[in-house]
Amino acid sequence: MSSENSGQILKINAENKEFKEKIQDLSGEKIDLCFQCGACSSGCPMVQEMDYLPSKIIRMSQLGLKEVLSSKTIWVCTTCFNCEVRCPRGIDIANVMEAIRQVVLRQKFDKVNIDMLTPEELRELPQIAIVSNLRKLTA
Amino acid sequence: MSYSPKIGVWLCECGGNIGDVVDTQKVMDEIKNQVQFVKRERYLCSKPSIDTIKEIIKNEKLERIVLACCTPKMHRETFLKNVIEEGINPAFLEIVNVREQCSWVHKKDPEGATLKSLDLIKGAISRIKESKELHTKQMHVTQEVLVIGGGVAGITTSLRLSEYGLKVHLIEKSPSIGGHMIQYPKVFPTLDCSQCILTPKMASIAQSSNINLKTYSEVKEVTGSPGNFNVKIWVKPRGVDVEKCIGCGECSRVCPVEAPSEYDERIGKRKAAYIPFPQSVPSVYTIDFDNCVRCGLCAANCPREAIDLNDEGKIEELNVGAIVLATGFELFDLTNLVNYGYGRYPNVITSLEMERILDVNGPTGSQLIVPKTGRQVKSVVYVLCAGSRDTEVGQPYCSRVCCLYSMKQAQLLRDRGVDVWINYIDIRSPGRRYEEFYRLTQEKGVNFVKGKVTEIEPNGEQVLVRSEEMMLNKMMENVVDLVVLSPPIISSEDTAKLSEMLKVPIDEDKFVLEKHPKLDPVATKRDGVFAAGAVIGPKDIQSTTAEAEGAAMKVVNFLGMARIIEANKAYLARNELCDGCGKCKKICPESAITIVEDKPVFNEITCSGCGACIPECPQNALDQEGLTDIQIQTQIKGILNDTKAPLKIIAFVEKEVVYTAIDLAGLARLSYASSIRIIPMPSLARIKLEHILYAFSYGADGVMMLEAPIHEGPYGNAHKISEERAEEYKWALEDYEIDSSRLWYSRVYVPDWRKLERIFNTFHEMVESEDPIEGNQRGKILKNLLKIKD
Repeated sequence: MSSENSGQILKINAENKEFKEKIQDLSGEKIDLCFQCGACSSGCPMVQEMDYLPSKIIRMSQLGLKEVLSSKTIWVCTTCFNCEVRCPRGIDIANVMEAIRQVVLRQKFDKVNIDMLTPEELRELPQIAIVSNLRKLTA
Repeated sequence: MSYSPKIGVWLCECGGNIGDVVDTQKVMDEIKNQVQFVKRERYLCSKPSIDTIKEIIKNEKLERIVLACCTPKMHRETFLKNVIEEGINPAFLEIVNVREQCSWVHKKDPEGATLKSLDLIKGAISRIKESKELHTKQMHVTQEVLVIGGGVAGITTSLRLSEYGLKVHLIEKSPSIGGHMIQYPKVFPTLDCSQCILTPKMASIAQSSNINLKTYSEVKEVTGSPGNFNVKIWVKPRGVDVEKCIGCGECSRVCPVEAPSEYDERIGKRKAAYIPFPQSVPSVYTIDFDNCVRCGLCAANCPREAIDLNDEGKIEELNVGAIVLATGFELFDLTNLVNYGYGRYPNVITSLEMERILDVNGPTGSQLIVPKTGRQVKSVVYVLCAGSRDTEVGQPYCSRVCCLYSMKQAQLLRDRGVDVWINYIDIRSPGRRYEEFYRLTQEKGVNFVKGKVTEIEPNGEQVLVRSEEMMLNKMMENVVDLVVLSPPIISSEDTAKLSEMLKVPIDEDKFVLEKHPKLDPVATKRDGVFAAGAVIGPKDIQSTTAEAEGAAMKVVNFLGMARIIEANKAYLARNELCDGCGKCKKICPESAITIVEDKPVFNEITCSGCGACIPECPQNALDQEGLTDIQIQTQIKGILNDTKAPLKIIAFVEKEVVYTAIDLAGLARLSYASSIRIIPMPSLARIKLEHILYAFSYGADGVMMLEAPIHEGPYGNAHKISEERAEEYKWALEDYEIDSSRLWYSRVYVPDWRKLERIFNTFHEMVESEDPIEGNQRGKILKNLLKIKD
């Protein structure tokens, strides 16, 4: 967990509620059901590359914290569905990740211009980053 | 002894189980001169063998029977039934365990097994000569029951007992029965309306001809003994004749005084002439004399002339056989926890106050408002463990129901569109349908935050609640309209007073102590007094009802059983020696002894037969039925006299737990020294120093005391007393120049049976390694003992 933020005080308001509902609507998942058992994180093959564990992404979503939008985690997620298989509450976490990605993508903000990438960079880039880059126009 | 009874001895070979190891022929040859009749059977427990026993008893006119066979825990009841049919008194049957204690454990030492079998049989023969007829007794037990407390526990127990046909006196301190449950609008996990399910039961109480309902009454004094308690009931001044009042409410309508309503948790108001709530049982009004101004309007308007403003209350006396404590709980005073601001901030309330607000007929008329300010409530924080699980300022235990009732309230609030936050340390929802209830609460969109609330401060018309968001390692500040605290559920002060009156011990947490926390959870430490519901600790309605049903069964069982009293009681055997010092009364773990005119009187229902009082008597005046000092002494003598065994160890063992462990060691064919000769005892607190000295003087080389653990043994504290005594006995042995290491004391659990092999062998080897006790030394002890007797 990012300890540098621990001094910051959480204040939950209407905006948080709205954001949480947006994620719920986009993902179709009842994220309120999460009771923070951590099974999603412990089964995730990509946690070493993540800044927030998947379980924390869900918790932050429950509280409607917009920090999830700038997290590395949502882009590192490979949608392997291991979390979904393991979740005892039946939440499809990969769907939630996708929903958060969609919120970002809908901002239609160009981080990468595929045309400008060299063939070497294209080989290195995770597939999902390339696919997402194209999808921002359709999301 | 001039009279010598006709004794018959049977030896069982148990197929080869006994016969292949023990030389039964040799045993028979050795004892045939000591008794009238000896016989060997292949299978003693078979029907033909039993028939033979019966026939021979008849033909030979045998009076006392010794059976050397398997453990008495196996077939004693069968043998007993059959010899009783031949007119033999139960005291005149002895079972000698030569299978589990001889052949199975001394397979490698057949000669030792044979000698040991012979000695044990000799012991039984000399003991049975000293036995006296025993008869169970019948005692008068009042077939009436007092139930204290008219909540769901007391209601359930009373109804069940009255259905069974017993007369029940149900005492409730407030004007109506119903308890806390009637205050709740809905109950978890089914969200059914509690008034709908409880009111019919309350009505049945009022209608049952077997139930004498006394509301607005308290227990003042309890005397007497289990089976026959005398109880004084204080019927508080009510100002209304319960028989005449028809519940029309004229008095209340004209009453000019208003006072806070206890039923509405003091949020709403009631008159000084009042009925707590519309469905009250009995449907009778009460004048609250603390607030009444004695204007007389009520009396003047009562159409039945039922009101008497000079009512002074009265004392009523009851005689009951058993008592059920069902006094329930109270809530911890939250003003002690200053950081929550309860009592200072209008929008900080207790969960019980919230129950009333959520009631459609509640004091706010089903509006979701802060009672004191009238402000609309759109967001609520629940503070779980507001004092529970806190060893410093609250109560150390978990109050068990707060997680669930908070979730219940949260669901009701969500259904009305309120934003709800539940701050928790752990969500505890074990129990049937409870985890599902938790999930449903989450589904309804209740926000759960792991982190205990410690600070609440005013924030305009709202309150600011500070807690950690432990999942994200951040501080959190929540501004809401209302905070609901879950205070610890505590035992009431009245319960403490009652427990003193009833001589029922309470635990550190002030809840009533169970007889056994697992195996006897609705009995108290005192016979004839039972308990059900939150008086034994915080619990939900489901468990409370289950306990109430259980307590009813225990009462029925007690009132039925107590009429037959087992013949195993302590008694004053030598009246002339007793000087009324009262030491027996002090030591009795069951409080069964009272001193009347300088002599002990034993309550035969309460006395468990543990034997702890007998060695305590400095005058040697007490004894025990079926287990007299002379029986123990002659058994020791019979076992040790004329034995050819090289080393002899007498092992006194507790007869339930330890004896079972020894049987299990036999069943597993463990192998220990054949020097061990076992004599069972109810508890080792029965053992006197003289028994140990007799053992040494008659030839024992070592004595063992194997006691049951305190919580597992049948006699509780008696098993503790023996430990202190054993220490004293060790010191006393040194006075007789016997090394204290020759007396072994330890506790044995049933699963310890594997260890018995090592325990027995270790002690055997230790005793073996010592120099033998000289004959003249033994003689000296015996001479000394006989001198004491004179």
